[in-house]
Amino acid sequence: MISANVLAVFYLISGVLFILALRGLSSPETSRQGNLFGIIGMALAIGVTIVSAGNFSTGFLYLIILLLIGGSIGAFIAFKIPMTAMPELVAGFHSLVGLAAVFVAVSAFLNPEVFNLGTPRNIKIASLIEMSLGAAIGAITFTGSIIAFLKLRGIMSGSPITFFGQHYLNLTLGLFLAGLIFYLCKTQVDTFFWTIILISFLLGILLIIPIGGADMPVVISMLNSYSGWAAAGIGFTLENTALIITGALVGSSGAILSYIMCKGMNRSFFNVILGGWGATEQSSSGKSKEQKPVKSGNADDAAFLMKNASSVIIVPGYGMAVAQAQHALREMVDVLKKNGVKVSYAIHPVAGRMPGHMNVLLAEANVPYDEVFELDEINNDFANCDVAYVIGANDVTNPIAKTDPQSPIYGMPILDVEKSKSVLFVKRSLSPGYAGIDNDLFYRDNTLMLFADAKKMTEDIIKSL
Amino acid sequence: MEIDPFIFRLSIFILSIFIGYYVVWSVTPSLHTPLMSVTNAISSVIIVGAIIAALAGETRNIFSTANIFGFLAIILAAVNIFGGFLVTQRMLAMYKKKKKDKK
Repeated sequence: MISANVLAVFYLISGVLFILALRGLSSPETSRQGNLFGIIGMALAIGVTIVSAGNFSTGFLYLIILLLIGGSIGAFIAFKIPMTAMPELVAGFHSLVGLAAVFVAVSAFLNPEVFNLGTPRNIKIASLIEMSLGAAIGAITFTGSIIAFLKLRGIMSGSPITFFGQHYLNLTLGLFLAGLIFYLCKTQVDTFFWTIILISFLLGILLIIPIGGADMPVVISMLNSYSGWAAAGIGFTLENTALIITGALVGSSGAILSYIMCKGMNRSFFNVILGGWGATEQSSSGKSKEQKPVKSGNADDAAFLMKNASSVIIVPGYGMAVAQAQHALREMVDVLKKNGVKVSYAIHPVAGRMPGHMNVLLAEANVPYDEVFELDEINNDFANCDVAYVIGANDVTNPIAKTDPQSPIYGMPILDVEKSKSVLFVKRSLSPGYAGIDNDLFYRDNTLMLFADAKKMTEDIIKSL
Repeated sequence: MEIDPFIFRLSIFILSIFIGYYVVWSVTPSLHTPLMSVTNAISSVIIVGAIIAALAGETRNIFSTANIFGFLAIILAAVNIFGGFLVTQRMLAMYKKKKKDKK
């Protein structure tokens, strides 16, 4: 047995190790060491908890078996998952944290003596508030992440689901939750506790269904943040420093990522949360389409242009992930480099379906990370570049964001691909992107549209090179 | 008058938010996906609560409802811990390999 004080010191050490784990991610060189710190911190926290529980009988045996079962499932998923499916995976994992938080809160509610929270029906008020908040946020995280998972996986349509009075319904449910927590503290009646969890499950679903596919980077970051706050809530209930520190870290991490993603779209957080662009804007586009002339080309034209260029900038987007074109793209770049062409990659903050999505895919295809640049680092280089190769991106290149104050994406920072001498735009059709607006770039003189699947087109270009 | 321990925990919480704020801003944008998977893994430290809940009480009572919820939470958190750290490791290994190729 260890004393409560020693135990608290160990949890504090775990917390510090988790801080170091995040700190390591400031550069790819230190990141692996950081991950190791995280693993040590986790092992330490689990180890001392088991020792302090001091129960090495049947329960301990079950504990080990369950750890092994859960662990092997986790390890199996971690090794099998393709990198393109990373957004779904992260959403799925968030749902598990949320549900685990709910279960721990339920367990603490049913058996408060174990955690020194009082006795059933006579739980300390502060603990009741903390555990209801933890359970509620956990439940919202759980169902919200499941919806996000289904949308990302394509099982559910990515288009926003909206209905009349939706936001008022959510607001009412939120107020109802607050009222339930109040009455739970006042009466200690367990029906209130179960109702809190049920309402939160419902609220999680309702909050995520109006958010469209391309806003998923914000949703995932937000759910990441929620899972942290849920953990912190449970941490307060259990008076556990490791959980409180971790919850705060994860909570602020997710919040910052949401902020960065919103800024990348020049939209406020509430604007994203309150529902998608896609549904409302689609009708207004469509009209001026089809009339303007478009230059389209084939793989040979593209190969010719790029072979004779001195510098090429590649702009990948979600379409590259869908077509799994990252490996073909790397091969194409290798051939170009052999011909003395200077190649770099430009990544928009909201490219893909989660923060850093494109970077991971390029890393998977062995693209050195010092050839990959963020928006502010590379945006001035388009003016001096011969060819911009846009593969699977659309809205993030649309010059209308700078020129038309009426446009829904006005003010969004974009990659200035139109400044390069020629633009190669790989796309399956002329259809508008997620924001539902026509891309002016398609009709420019220096744009050559390559109508094909991203992967197939890239492979064809390699052949003609 | 003695200070309520809650205030100490609240202090830790608030200060950790600030640490998180500064640490996360220094994370390079190209590692934002690993950041999400590793934060996901560390938030599964909630398993600590699950273990306490699961192992509570006498051996013969180990299958009380409260304990069963603890055990369920252990499985969920374990999936996350192993899955989260390993998938982060896998991603970060790709970033590292490039460096070798390059130099």
